[in-house]
Amino acid sequence: MNSVRVQSEPFDPNREVDLLRADDPSIGAVVTFIGLMRDSNQGDKVDRLFLEHYPGMTEKALRQIVDEADARWELQHCRVVHRVGELMPSDPIVLVAVASRHRKEAFMACEFIIDYLKTKAPFWKRESTGDSERWVDARENDDRAVRRWQSKP
Amino acid sequence: MIQLLFFARFREELGVDAEQLEIEGLSCLGDLLVRLRERGDTWARLFAEDQRVMMAVNQEVADRQTPLREGDEVALFPPVTGG
Repeated sequence: MNSVRVQSEPFDPNREVDLLRADDPSIGAVVTFIGLMRDSNQGDKVDRLFLEHYPGMTEKALRQIVDEADARWELQHCRVVHRVGELMPSDPIVLVAVASRHRKEAFMACEFIIDYLKTKAPFWKRESTGDSERWVDARENDDRAVRRWQSKP
Repeated sequence: MIQLLFFARFREELGVDAEQLEIEGLSCLGDLLVRLRERGDTWARLFAEDQRVMMAVNQEVADRQTPLREGDEVALFPPVTGG
């Protein structure tokens, strides 16, 4: 069973993983990625982060990315949770958790999902550095990471 | 009519989050970008040829060739930065 959630409330990554693998003894591997709010960016100290999104499209885009991973690899379950709204340093922003029978599929699918999420899902970060605020720019590295999956299925 | 939505930096710089627009003369998203550019100032700068603009029609990622139909929800936004 796959699950995708976008929420302003904090979440507990450990609890999400417990739920992902509950009552399924066929699972042999779980791989998780947890994205955290860093307290610095481009040499500046960041106090707070605000995450804007496009309600409706965000959930749809995340479901499509998970479906694509499901089609590429043999997976048991995927779970994606993403925060929106106000975040503080060390807060989990995103969790991608993938359960499969064997580790290889879970590793690949987890990386695939976060790479796609970063370039396709409509979220935008605005960071507060002291008394100023700025929108975070997209990174060229993230585009390259996605292109890798397109050339090598 | 089509429903236009703007997000993040675009919404902030344009000072508008949504508007209704007559679809007449707009057969695809490329036409829409030209129309918005003609408004000048911030519009011309944000939607200039060399700017990276992401677009969605009815909540699906789209490009300049994507056709427009009456009643469509069209969103314009800067490259995404989630995760």
